Amino acid sequence: MMKDHAKLMQAFFVSGEIVGRKKLQKMIYIAKKLSFPFHEKYQFHFFGPYSEELTLRVEELCNMGFITEQKEKKSGYTQYRYGITEEGQAFLDAQSTNPMPSVEACLRDLNDQSSRFLELVSTMLYFDGLQEKELIQKVQKVKSKQNYTEEEISEALAYIKHLSTVS
Amino acid sequence: MAYSTKKLQEEKVFKDPVHRYIHVRDQVVWDLIGTKEFQRLRRIRQLGTTYLTFHGAEHSRFNHSLGVYEIIRRIVDDVFAQRPEWDESERLVSLCAALLHDLGHGPFSHSFEKVFDLDHEAFTQAIILGDTEVNQVLKRVSSEFPQNVSDVIAKTYENKQVISLISSQIDADRMDYLQRDAYFTGVSYGHFDMERILRVLRPREDQVVIKSSGMHAVEDYIMSRYQMYWQVYFHPVTRSSEVILTKILHRAKELSEMNYKFAYEPYHFVSMFNGIVTLKDYLKLDESVIMYYFQMWEEEKDPILRDLCSRFMNRNLFKYVEFDPSKEYKKLNELEKLFQQAELNPDYYLVVDSSSDLPYDFYRPGEEEERVPIHLMMPSGELRELSRQSDIVDAISGKRRTDHKLYYPKDCVTDDSTHKEVKAKIKTILGIE
Repeated sequence: MMKDHAKLMQAFFVSGEIVGRKKLQKMIYIAKKLSFPFHEKYQFHFFGPYSEELTLRVEELCNMGFITEQKEKKSGYTQYRYGITEEGQAFLDAQSTNPMPSVEACLRDLNDQSSRFLELVSTMLYFDGLQEKELIQKVQKVKSKQNYTEEEISEALAYIKHLSTVS
Repeated sequence: MAYSTKKLQEEKVFKDPVHRYIHVRDQVVWDLIGTKEFQRLRRIRQLGTTYLTFHGAEHSRFNHSLGVYEIIRRIVDDVFAQRPEWDESERLVSLCAALLHDLGHGPFSHSFEKVFDLDHEAFTQAIILGDTEVNQVLKRVSSEFPQNVSDVIAKTYENKQVISLISSQIDADRMDYLQRDAYFTGVSYGHFDMERILRVLRPREDQVVIKSSGMHAVEDYIMSRYQMYWQVYFHPVTRSSEVILTKILHRAKELSEMNYKFAYEPYHFVSMFNGIVTLKDYLKLDESVIMYYFQMWEEEKDPILRDLCSRFMNRNLFKYVEFDPSKEYKKLNELEKLFQQAELNPDYYLVVDSSSDLPYDFYRPGEEEERVPIHLMMPSGELRELSRQSDIVDAISGKRRTDHKLYYPKDCVTDDSTHKEVKAKIKTILGIE
């Protein structure tokens, strides 16, 4: 019952604070690709893999008062900051079992990265069926407006390998 | 003549209750319609279990796919042709993507995807790119054509204008299903002036926009969509049937994991139970196959599977009460315990189901949103986001409506022949005394 909500609550709990909707979307997508049991369905959108279901669940958790979403004006853009509330902690404590054991290291690592970098990593994982050369071409094509450098792409490839050691 | 431009000697037409006629002149399109993978869509209802609520809702994904194709055909042949912002070489890929966009849907997709962790979009890609009749037809156009069609549907195609024709907040897919679902369910919502919208669509870089003079027709479309979601798609009776269907699949899967010996071997489900679903296995599934098993399982020894199948087949659905998860999750924990005491397995007989819809969402520069907004083209050529021009759309923009319900079998809960005291407590909590 509400198991998927509980898993997201666990993700917020272990990550501490998550800054940015895009970052949150990409963190959960990457964790899902690493076989952590998140069930939100993703499609390819503007900024790479995006889940309408995740957006909905996060809104529900906000409406329930389990997490807070603070809107912050930055120079030229708006960002959202997420944190868990006392009610949210009580909800999580009321779960009979830990809904997501062993996800902590992975999510903390992802939370330390920038949303731009996670956008690149998640897009590369979205096309993980392609060979490396084709993958890079595809990413450069679908992400042409983001102008990712070769260095960033190499870093992303290395990071994907690194992730397998923390998951 | 190249296959990509080959025309039929005579135009073929399909009579259609929404668009009157669906016109086919391209040989490629005609050949795609004749493939067995496309014909399979005749055996998959567009609205899943909605026919249990609205008895007319028996139309198929085949009907809808032809409808989306027809809308795109009219846009590219009648509205966009000769316009400098439209690349004529994208015509065929747009038509094929429109026709094939739902090709990977299985029977009762929503429930199957949830239980067996399937993704109909991945199967659409697999059918288009795999060893199928559809792939054979597409490959005759060119070796890269199947990938291009697949990329449009997956929204990873380079030309975003083509993607937005088939998938955006005002696209051919939605324009067809709103009207078609309204027609077959018999509701009076879902109607809007599509002729007007098509006439004012204009191709622009990376998107399709609407001339500002068509704003009121778009307002009507957005309100129609809003009403259809709450009156038809999220109807609580349909949701009840979805809940039971999902629980049947969960139970069958659980029994398989427990090495339960089915009286009727679920041959078609084996690959799903094992988590390795090949394309060949997937294409064998349609609603007739699933309903056969449900009928057979009405005679299974397992009481839960037997009961749930009987409920689905005979439309003896769960009842519901409103539920607020933020305030009532402790009540839910209590109910779970009471259901167990009453020998009603709460995993199968106590279900929270949520529906949510965002009628229209906007993206304004600098905000972290992912939806492409609807842009109006002003007489000066300037583009303005719809909700900034329309008070009606502004009033509902970004406002999500969510509804939670708690489903349970009222007949079991009110049957006092067993566990009378426990059931009295359940009834009190549910407020159904």
